[in-house]
Amino acid sequence: MSQKVNALKLDEEDNVAVALETLKAGELLSIKNEITKISATKTIPYGHKIALNPIPKGNRVIKYGECMGLATEDIAIGDHVHVSNVRGLTEEDKSFQKECIDVENI
Amino acid sequence: MLKTFEGYRRANGSIGVRNHTIVINTVGELAGLTKKLANLVPGVIPVVHQAGQSQYSEDSDQTIKTLTGTAGHPNVSAALFLGMGTEDPAEGIVETLKKDGHHVYSIIFDKKKSIAECLEEGKVWLKNALELSKQQKTEKADVSELTIGLECGGSDAWSGITANPSIGAFSDSIVADGGTSVLAETTEAVGAEHILANRAVNSEVGNRFLEIVKRYEQRARAVGEDIKAANPSPGNKTGGLTTLEEKSLGCIKKGGNSTLMEVIDYAHSPTEKGFIFMDTPGYDVESVVGLVAGGAQIVLFSTGKGSPTGSPIAPVIKIGTNPKLYKNMPEHIDVNAGKIIDQNYTIDQIGEEIYSKVLQVANGEITASEKFHNQEFSIWRLAETQ
Repeated sequence: MSQKVNALKLDEEDNVAVALETLKAGELLSIKNEITKISATKTIPYGHKIALNPIPKGNRVIKYGECMGLATEDIAIGDHVHVSNVRGLTEEDKSFQKECIDVENI
Repeated sequence: MLKTFEGYRRANGSIGVRNHTIVINTVGELAGLTKKLANLVPGVIPVVHQAGQSQYSEDSDQTIKTLTGTAGHPNVSAALFLGMGTEDPAEGIVETLKKDGHHVYSIIFDKKKSIAECLEEGKVWLKNALELSKQQKTEKADVSELTIGLECGGSDAWSGITANPSIGAFSDSIVADGGTSVLAETTEAVGAEHILANRAVNSEVGNRFLEIVKRYEQRARAVGEDIKAANPSPGNKTGGLTTLEEKSLGCIKKGGNSTLMEVIDYAHSPTEKGFIFMDTPGYDVESVVGLVAGGAQIVLFSTGKGSPTGSPIAPVIKIGTNPKLYKNMPEHIDVNAGKIIDQNYTIDQIGEEIYSKVLQVANGEITASEKFHNQEFSIWRLAETQ
């Protein structure tokens, strides 16, 4: 039976999905008609991101198959991924930005 | 899917998806008379702007380039220029276009004739041009002859999730079929420029892209604005955008994952096929005008808030980002990417829907913006007015 899709993974490489509707804490993710075993750890507003994998502190957050920022703390599966636990690759940390580009080139 | 369309072959070999007769002013002072003249000959489209006068050379060059590209566009069958005074560029533009086989003419408003006489002369020329255009037959052409502009305006939190990636899926398909897609809006790429630069066909193209982004940032900084610091905005964050890179990625994903073949200046035409970037501002009207002046026969335009922006000469296909927009403004939306949110559609499915729509529109189907005569036209200004 077809399940209402409630989250979108924009690229196979992504470690986050986008909530297509507001997800309640404990609600299971359904991506591409399949219910996953991933549930939201707290309310995720629609349009916001939810972690599909554990993302340790300092690791890359991948959306669109590209590096969109770095985890500023350990992120668990099902966590809300946003400004409280991710930062951009800002000017003051060029070294990591370089590393991020190099990784993408592989 | 049959990947051909019926188009209008021009003397210079290009192919149009429309067969417009236009009247266009070279200076802002003639804006009102340009509209008046178009009204005298039903079927003629007025291309009206406020630029062209008291400009420093970089703006003057940009205006001439844009007007030349617009009047010489494959969607245009004939163009009448209205100019003013002794140093007006109209006659020069007409000479350039005539050499390329275009049907063009200019009328200069000066003290030699009355305005009524100028308008009468224009009316006679336009009536004749319109009749001639009706005799033009179409011929079958392949999608590889299409250049599609990629634009967004009135974006919302869904733009980067539904409509833009779907446009990206379409862009990758038409590029694979030998066609051309042109991404624009330099300001929107700030923060993700390294990603597009890494996709360039060679380091020369990649560096050129980084250069135009840097130039844009510097121009903004010169007037006290810091694009990087201002984005994502508080509203963006409420909508779910976390970082500048993420916001910019959502925009540049209209270009899919294809190799970046060339970076071109505003209103310039690509010399390569495939995926191209044009240096334009984020303001949708100026950006669409640049894309079309550079030869895009059709523009794809994603919108979350329903920006009505159209073009006087090119069909603009509106891709709605969310179901609410489609429910409230269905007459303004050509493709509803909001189905990804509430109807389980995938990005690839909407990408295919966009491709079908592009072919239908290339074959003459009227878009929402054409139906409502949304014919916005404004040229990107670079410097102060004299």
